[in-house]
Amino acid sequence: MKINISRIIIFCFVIFCLFVFWLGLKKNINYDTESLIGSRISNFQLNEINHNNQSISEKDLKNNEFTLINFFASWCAPCRTEHKYLLKLSDKKIKILGVNFKDKKSNANKFLKELGNPYDFVAKDSEGKASVLFGIYGIPESILIDNNLTVIKKIIGPIDQSQYNEILNLIR
Amino acid sequence: MLSNIGIGLIVLVLILSFLTIYTASLDLKMPGQSIKKGIYKLSLFQTTFTVLSFFTLIIGFINSDFSLSNVYENSHTTKPLFYKIAGTWGNHEGSLLLWVNILVIFSYLFLVFNHTHNKKFRLYTLIFQNILILGFSFFLLLNSNPFNSIYPIPLEGLGLNPILQDPALAIHPPLLYVGFVGCSIYFSAAMASLISDYRGKLFAQSIKTWVKISWCFQTLGITVGSIWAYYELGWGGFWFWDPVENASLLPWFAITALMHSLIVLEKRNTLYSWVVILCLSTFILSVTGTFLVRSGILNSVHTFASDPSRGIYILLFLSLMIFSSLIIFFTKYKKETYNFNLKSRETFILANNWFMVFFLLTVLIGTLYPIFLDVITSVKISVGPPFFNIVIVPLVVPFVFLMAIVPKFSWIKLQNKIFYKILFLILCGVIINLFISHFFGKYSFLSNLIFIVAIFLILQSFLDIKKLINKKKKPELSRIISHLGFGLLVFFIGINHQFSLEEDFNLKVGEIKKTKNYEINFEGIKIRESKNYKAIVGNFKLINEKNDLVQYLNPEIRIYSNPETLTYEAAIKTKITSDLYLTMSNVSRSDYYNIKFQNKPFMIWIWISALMIVIGGFTQLTLKKNED
Repeated sequence: MKINISRIIIFCFVIFCLFVFWLGLKKNINYDTESLIGSRISNFQLNEINHNNQSISEKDLKNNEFTLINFFASWCAPCRTEHKYLLKLSDKKIKILGVNFKDKKSNANKFLKELGNPYDFVAKDSEGKASVLFGIYGIPESILIDNNLTVIKKIIGPIDQSQYNEILNLIR
Repeated sequence: MLSNIGIGLIVLVLILSFLTIYTASLDLKMPGQSIKKGIYKLSLFQTTFTVLSFFTLIIGFINSDFSLSNVYENSHTTKPLFYKIAGTWGNHEGSLLLWVNILVIFSYLFLVFNHTHNKKFRLYTLIFQNILILGFSFFLLLNSNPFNSIYPIPLEGLGLNPILQDPALAIHPPLLYVGFVGCSIYFSAAMASLISDYRGKLFAQSIKTWVKISWCFQTLGITVGSIWAYYELGWGGFWFWDPVENASLLPWFAITALMHSLIVLEKRNTLYSWVVILCLSTFILSVTGTFLVRSGILNSVHTFASDPSRGIYILLFLSLMIFSSLIIFFTKYKKETYNFNLKSRETFILANNWFMVFFLLTVLIGTLYPIFLDVITSVKISVGPPFFNIVIVPLVVPFVFLMAIVPKFSWIKLQNKIFYKILFLILCGVIINLFISHFFGKYSFLSNLIFIVAIFLILQSFLDIKKLINKKKKPELSRIISHLGFGLLVFFIGINHQFSLEEDFNLKVGEIKKTKNYEINFEGIKIRESKNYKAIVGNFKLINEKNDLVQYLNPEIRIYSNPETLTYEAAIKTKITSDLYLTMSNVSRSDYYNIKFQNKPFMIWIWISALMIVIGGFTQLTLKKNED
């Protein structure tokens, strides 16, 4: 193969494009949670799932040293797998706020009765609109915040053993 | 059980691939012009086994065999049978199996139907195609296995994404796959042609039919996808310049250019290198599109659960394909001398190619630039319709104009008397355009030009058809139908764009809204239960104030149970002259519903024109025999 300047340019260009694709894969643009860490959660107000007169807002979370906001639904299969870690966390020095996402009240209650209730407060978001304000793509997702309402960690997908350990480290 | 059968079949396909490559390379050294019978048999067995593996998966879906994790994740016992079957390719793993199927089937058909061509060329094509088959089967087996089993066997599946439960979408993937993966065969053939030095006219003849087949299927697939977006997504349009749509358009531009330059290669035995470049890039662009869509770099309805390891594999394979084709092309490149008359038909066909390349580059830059910018600088921008409309639309004018006049030129030199006819037709175009803008409303200078050239192309095509009727042989028929279809497409998109009416407002049950020509009466809502969803159905009475025509429209909000999802179904009343389009969505914590009402003139004609372009292509495939 003869080497000339235009061929070198073509090769360099192709290598550049493929390299950027590779970086793009590593970066995982869709599920970028790094940028959320350190940002403050937006203001919200949510009603309790069974009592419409009880509500919770960002002001209530300021009283907790750490809060884990967990988005779940009875129809979501992966939510079941992470549930045992939430139950374990409920004994720890952390408050857990459950946001019931696009769910039926009866199904959600059945779900919690069957698997146990790790939540200090279960809020309802039957249309899923409030969850969007938290930047939720799908469920399960969890956001760990401190008493300044600053995000310390965001978990996409079900919580597993390593993420559970990480949460324990962060709240120590 | 099914899991073992499926995996066994795929392994057999893999082994046969190795064997084919091995025996084909042995046969290369043999004298004579005929390929060994054994190679045909290997290829036939390979085809049978892949098709069987696909049917195994379909059976798994029909029987709701949840021991296959793919069936568990993408199906449900309450799904209608039709969508159970469609679920087979409505997910990443299943669609990859379809991909391998098409690679294998095309490989076999190319081997059988091209028996008059050079032996070495056919064997090399077979070898390259089998390398592709190997790569994709390994990917299937190791990373995206549709036959993975789960234990304990779940009682119920998770369901198919509701927005995919639509007839248009059930056939959209197989069509596009035949179109995109079908390109693989002339990718392999182009590589083989470079290596075996089987160039020029004969090469063009060997791939002509395959290019046309995949062009027809690509065009049809893209059209069906667009029809689905119009009826299902409820955005009230048919093309959004969404990155995924763009990804499907890139190979289409390349293949359309290829189809035209092939004519020049076949008739005049020139442009060989350019044809090879187009052959190679069509398939490379198809794989690039797959990479962008499947790896999760682009987020869309087509991104199945995103998994970076998948992306890495496709990227690796893509890199191998690009580098090997570049190296083989540069090593085997021979300088060609071009001897074109400036006013001849081949010059202008080449002009078509330059336009196609321009459109391709525009869409490529518009799609990749935001990704590159985000990866390199973390700045997120979105390149949308304004960019594409500004860059592409003005060039449609000369493009359509050339489309009308180029076929009038003889192969070597232009005849002068055609000029008067062209002038006359353009004049007709101007007059009809003036008529439209005078009676229906004014529009921009650019739109005027677009209408004029579109009408010119339509008239020209009608004249051509008139001429053809008296002739016995009709080799030009397919070209005329496709070009007429394109002229009509541009014309109706223009009309639709200029005269569409759109209103967006909130309404409570019992309220009335008056728009320009219509009175919209929200009469009530009712709940409807269906097999796999519950629907809130709105009842709207529309009164056309011009002619007092009363129509009822019933948009729906559907709540699917497995998986739980909300979808908004537009109510669409299609007539020959216009579409009425109404969607409703609930406004949280209030009795109001958000209503989007559109009146879109000649909507159905956009689909008809697009289908006409496809019919043109299919006509050529069926007419070919008579011509020969």
